[in-house]
Amino acid sequence: MRIVVCVKHVPDVQSERGFVDGRVDRSEGTLNELDENAVEAALRLVEDAGGEVVVLTVGPDDADDAVRRGLQMGAHRAVRVTDDAIAGSDVVGTAVVLAAAVRRLGAQAPVDLVLTGMAALDGLMSVVPSLLAAQLGLPQATLAAEVTVGDGVVRVRRELDHVTEVLEAPLPAVVGVTDQANDPRYPSFAGIMAARKAAVDVWSLADLGVDPAVVGDAGARTRVLEATPRPAREDRVLLTDTGDAGVRLAAFLEENGLLA
Amino acid sequence: MTLVVVDAAAGAPRASAFELLTAARGLGGDVGAVWLGEGAAAAAPALAAYGATVVHELPLATAEAGLPAAVAAALADLARATGDDVVLLAAGFENRERAAHLALALDAGLVVGATGVERVDGQVVTTQQAFAATWSLRGVVTRPAAVVALASNAVRPVAVAEPVPATVVRHPAVAARADGVRVVERTPRPSSGRPDVGEAQVVVVGGRGTNGDFGPVVELAEALGGAVGATRDATDEGWIEHEAMVGQTGVSISPRLYVGAGVSGAVHHRGGMQASGTIVAVNSDPDAPIFEIADFGVVGDLFEVLPQAAAEIRRRKA
Repeated sequence: MRIVVCVKHVPDVQSERGFVDGRVDRSEGTLNELDENAVEAALRLVEDAGGEVVVLTVGPDDADDAVRRGLQMGAHRAVRVTDDAIAGSDVVGTAVVLAAAVRRLGAQAPVDLVLTGMAALDGLMSVVPSLLAAQLGLPQATLAAEVTVGDGVVRVRRELDHVTEVLEAPLPAVVGVTDQANDPRYPSFAGIMAARKAAVDVWSLADLGVDPAVVGDAGARTRVLEATPRPAREDRVLLTDTGDAGVRLAAFLEENGLLA
Repeated sequence: MTLVVVDAAAGAPRASAFELLTAARGLGGDVGAVWLGEGAAAAAPALAAYGATVVHELPLATAEAGLPAAVAAALADLARATGDDVVLLAAGFENRERAAHLALALDAGLVVGATGVERVDGQVVTTQQAFAATWSLRGVVTRPAAVVALASNAVRPVAVAEPVPATVVRHPAVAARADGVRVVERTPRPSSGRPDVGEAQVVVVGGRGTNGDFGPVVELAEALGGAVGATRDATDEGWIEHEAMVGQTGVSISPRLYVGAGVSGAVHHRGGMQASGTIVAVNSDPDAPIFEIADFGVVGDLFEVLPQAAAEIRRRKA
């Protein structure tokens, strides 16, 4: 089985995250934590069935950290797509680039499964898996809390807003996994050493045959007009309970019209 | 002008539908509601009360027809037929998938998790919050069409002063996609009987500090008429069902009032609740990070503070 895992380099959630000139400040980046679940799912499937796991990302040099983390965990190959024209891409532009890269990987050898996480912790839109499936013309089975593959079919259990669903999709398919799907492994020392030496294939838009006009700022369907830090909350109250904190809390709620 | 995709429960529109209809009216022009499945006629008066002039019924003959790509294709056909250039949905998990497919089909700009939407000089402008609501964004859709998924509680629902009955238009059943995907099982989860955590105006969340006893959390939620939520720790421990999980991988909430009991306030949790109106925290650990964002913080034992607060709230409400 050959699996492509799409991963994203995102600002570390533990860092002071923000925007510079309307764009996400990516100076303190790391592999999107939720993508580790996708890498883990891919590794387990390949450990059972044999095959190859390719980690794929889009972004400038720093994004190598994201695919390298995938290699440390045990992925076999890493690809990063980069191009000045990609800067400023919205979710659709990102999906166009990912889809083109998956197609190129597929031209080299058939791809059975495209795996993603449930969301990127910077944008939190959870739309790229669906956009990718649509771009590739593949069936999708996303938000999987459980994934099994057998007889050319992927079966997932997904927990939606008010309903639990079990889906089966023929391979190849796009599958997204949630953080309930597994506990991602920590890279072993050997894995870390091997990843250090491994090369990351770097592809450009020209390599993928993607028209620069459909991605990046040029192709973006949405544009940030303004990004401003929100002011800290004011007039905050912090008290230590001396026996009447519950009563004081109720009074606070009533004063603020929250008991209506 | 605008289509609103209605989420429903037990044959009635969910609260989000009224928020979306209110937002749609703000964009100007006619507002159409889309009802997925049977029963549009019964729901039409409620939708008309919030400004829908037409309710489109899209029957779902099979479970596969209800999958996001199939629903999105039907919505795209409908939008093309009606000429509506904006589609609004509630930003739940299924709707995000529908929105993605729909935006591609309509060559539309796609915004998820918007807290506001308006039309400025003919263009659709949205507001969002980013990075655990520490930043505000304003963005413009640069295509003629827009698909916008709105965060819950972002818009205060306002009924129209003089509602006009809505026309119900029944469309052909949504066609399943010929992509081989099969719905093996689709099971609605039983309702807790309390307000839905994703749409409630008041949410009381229990965390690690409850040690598995959600009694005081439920008691306070009931006194406040609110929903019960939980942290990842609490759902992982099996203390409460997974769908109660508030956080960036669970339900994102922005109620008028959030109360965290025994919640430390880890960044993953804050990512799903920091946009809340008023934040109250009760925790025995004075160093818990949640106190950094709480409007009203109590360092104390939740098993003392919550029941006392619940009793006092019942007394004041009586």
